[in-house]
Amino acid sequence: MSGFPILSLMILLPIAAAAICLFLSDQGARWVALATTALLFVLGILLWVNYEIGGPQWQFVENAPIFGRFAWALGIDGIALMLIMLSVFLMPICVLASWDAIEKRVPEYMAAFLMMESFMIGVFAAQDLFLFYIFFEAGLIPMYLIIGIWGGVERIKASYKFFLYTLLGSVLMLVAMMYMVATAGTTDIPTLMQFNFDPAVQNWLWLAFFASFAVKMPMWPVHTWLPDAHVQAPTAGSVILAGVLLKMGGYGFVRFSLPMFPDASAALVWVVFGLSMVAIVYTSLVALVQQDMKKLIAYSSVAHMGFVTIGLFTFNRQGIEGGLIVMLAHGLVSAALFLCVGVIYDRLHTREIDRYGGLSNNMPYYALFFMFFTMASVGLPGTANFVGEFLALVGAYNANSWVAAVATTGIILGAAYMLWLYRRVAFGESKNADAAAMPDLNAREWVMLAPIAAATLWMGIYPESFIAPMRADVGSLLARVADSTPASDAQLQMGKPKAAAHGEAH
Amino acid sequence: MFDTASLLLTAPELILSIGATALMLVAAFAGDKATRFVSAAAVALLALAGLSLTGVAGSGGTAFNGLYSADAFGAFAKVLIYLAASVAILIAPRWFEREDRLRAEYPVLILFSAVGMGMMASATNLLSLYVGLELQSLAAYVLASFMRRDSRSAEAGLKYFVLGALASGILLYGISLLYGFSGTTEYAGVAKALGDGVNLGELFGIVFLLSGIAFKVSAVPFHMWTPDVYEGAPTPVTAFFASAPKVAAIAMLVRVSVSGMGTATHDWQQIIIFMSLASIVLGAAGAIGQTNIKRLLAYSSINNVGFALVGLAAGTEAGVAAIMSYMAIYVVMTLGSFLCVLQMRDQTGAPVETIASLSGLSQTNKGLAAAFAIFMFSLAGIPPLFGFWAKFLVFEAAVKAGLFPLAAIGIAASVIGAFYYLKIIKTMYFDEPETRYARGDSLLEKALIATSAAFIVLGYGLIPALGSASAAAAKALF
Repeated sequence: MSGFPILSLMILLPIAAAAICLFLSDQGARWVALATTALLFVLGILLWVNYEIGGPQWQFVENAPIFGRFAWALGIDGIALMLIMLSVFLMPICVLASWDAIEKRVPEYMAAFLMMESFMIGVFAAQDLFLFYIFFEAGLIPMYLIIGIWGGVERIKASYKFFLYTLLGSVLMLVAMMYMVATAGTTDIPTLMQFNFDPAVQNWLWLAFFASFAVKMPMWPVHTWLPDAHVQAPTAGSVILAGVLLKMGGYGFVRFSLPMFPDASAALVWVVFGLSMVAIVYTSLVALVQQDMKKLIAYSSVAHMGFVTIGLFTFNRQGIEGGLIVMLAHGLVSAALFLCVGVIYDRLHTREIDRYGGLSNNMPYYALFFMFFTMASVGLPGTANFVGEFLALVGAYNANSWVAAVATTGIILGAAYMLWLYRRVAFGESKNADAAAMPDLNAREWVMLAPIAAATLWMGIYPESFIAPMRADVGSLLARVADSTPASDAQLQMGKPKAAAHGEAH
Repeated sequence: MFDTASLLLTAPELILSIGATALMLVAAFAGDKATRFVSAAAVALLALAGLSLTGVAGSGGTAFNGLYSADAFGAFAKVLIYLAASVAILIAPRWFEREDRLRAEYPVLILFSAVGMGMMASATNLLSLYVGLELQSLAAYVLASFMRRDSRSAEAGLKYFVLGALASGILLYGISLLYGFSGTTEYAGVAKALGDGVNLGELFGIVFLLSGIAFKVSAVPFHMWTPDVYEGAPTPVTAFFASAPKVAAIAMLVRVSVSGMGTATHDWQQIIIFMSLASIVLGAAGAIGQTNIKRLLAYSSINNVGFALVGLAAGTEAGVAAIMSYMAIYVVMTLGSFLCVLQMRDQTGAPVETIASLSGLSQTNKGLAAAFAIFMFSLAGIPPLFGFWAKFLVFEAAVKAGLFPLAAIGIAASVIGAFYYLKIIKTMYFDEPETRYARGDSLLEKALIATSAAFIVLGYGLIPALGSASAAAAKALF
């Protein structure tokens, strides 16, 4: 496998397929898109199989300095590998979810999705600072079109909001990148990760990157684009938005903010913790009062992302690994929840919770899947979210016990809004005749939901498969930030491994 | 008797001016029947002049005792100018044929304008600068009012002339002040005089000189004429105004700032920074409310000049290289956009200029909508399109020069600009179709659109070539 430019292939193949799609009929474009995304999934599996755990930090490295000022430099570590896997896993499902739901301008739709996939893989695989930026920003174009053309009634406002918010955050990051390159004299991300910037400047650079990633993540109070974008986007658009695009923010924190500006990260950790705590509590409360299913799940995404940011900035292994697992788990579960909403939206064309009820009577299999993903979102042990949230909270307690205490209330609130949503949709009387007449899942929908359920269980029961590739990378990140780790208020003392597993503070 | 060496160095101007004079005679005697021939000959002359730049005219050095410099900087600008001028000639016939036939003077005027622009890019003396500028402007005033019977066109020409004359006066006054206080009109001499500290008279000279040039590049606060002239002038002429004279004026501004006032960078830098930020913000804000596509593109050009000036504000070699790359990419984006505007005509063939008429274009004419969207995203500076690279270079130069506030404010204001470019894309892609345009029948225009769109999408492969050419151009000034 070594030497074969598999990452380039994975980036260029969807672009080529997108160009072909534009010239095909509706049905032809659907099949080409499905075949391409499935092929990319296979390539992704090859990537995972050939990824050498415990090998060099950067694998599948390619470097072609064809742009003069910056290079076509690709390469992945375990974190990038997992996020690429998430992207290629969700894409075929997105194509299936759009199979019947998208009726107009299908070739353009499929082309936009394929371009999106290429840019997503590019973001996670880029090893050159400016190449990363180009992929990071380029993703705006297809997503803007997806929301604007195939979205709901308020789609135009949502598409503008999505585009301009994210753009404003990103351009400041670009200025910071230019400064970094001018100072360090290289655009190579692995080199920059080891470069020590002047601590006085670090704060400014960190804030510029934070502006971009906080919007992308999204963190309170710059999250307001997300509910609009989610509600208006077509189902598959929401899936990819929640599943992968939000992860770019977390990936940015791990890849740039923490290793490149460790001092600033430590100095400004209160910003992250403060905003994350507000996000968890406030957006959970907002989620409680939503009437629109997609909006509810969108707000729950903001709350879950709060766990990610808290976990990543704990400066300890549990926290960072927990944050990464929450990213992956949320990518699966929120994607699945949006698909579940999409399934009934396709039948009744409304997302209003009150229009449904008692679906477990006429759609038992649907109710089963919906129940499973609801439980996963709540963080039931045995599902992926539990692993991530538990680790993130353990890490948070190590770093700051107040943060852990506030964040934990988010779990309770999460259970409240998700279970209540489930009760109102699936249980009780079938009060609406049209909702009661809806047929259960068809084969296509089974194929969409079952793999995600399996992956969620796998990650919940045997998370080692997913943590193992990332372990060494988290280790090198910890080594990088070791000197600047802020003091903990919990003052934990690690107990002896044998008898008392957790020594408590005095 | 003849300074042969100097004449050889000015080969492109000689070719164009002799050729244009001959073609003017053809036009006078043969009348409008000869338009096709004159157009073809004019494009051939421009190509020939461009070819002559590969020789001594592109690298030979100073001519006529310091009035004119044939160097890589001038050559870079001239290639762009001739390219834009050729396109302006090629796209004209179809536009004018609806009113009456294109008159044979049109290509000739463009040629004279190109001579003037070449002089502007190569001038190393304040007087040759002024002569070049006037030659360019006088041709441009006539071009703006080229549709005699159209009152908007006549208004545009008159407005352009009155304000242009005022700006020329301001410029000339600045030149006279600089001459009075430094005793010379040569850039090198002026630079030497400014080197020992700038006195009040010289400072006034600099301010007036820059104000006059700011009018020509339509930088805020001397931008007011731009939307009116762009709207009123015939579309091919507007395309020309937005591309070639912009390049020439920017090149002139860069050369006079760097070679002529390089010793007093600190004194003009703040003026440039102000013009740059004001142009970026006002250009973007002014465009938001526009309903006419040509007016919108006029504000877009103001906005873009602001970005280009960021490179000059840096005042470094990298900044000059960035500004030249910016103009190269800008010319392609602008010409592409105006080519798309040329396709906007209703079923009777009458040109349509409202943005609303673009609604649903992506469903009625996919190719045109895609090309237009590519140009708009590129002008907004969204990667992976090439317009991003242009903005990237100028801001990088500013950051390297330590101008962090300028870079941060400028790039944040580019988001305002993105808003109105997105509006065009929204109209084409999100709205339902209302009007249908007549199908474009010009293969030439389609090919030009496709070429420029391909350049914008695949441009990153050209970065090494563009980078080394613009670096060589910048090196010539330092």
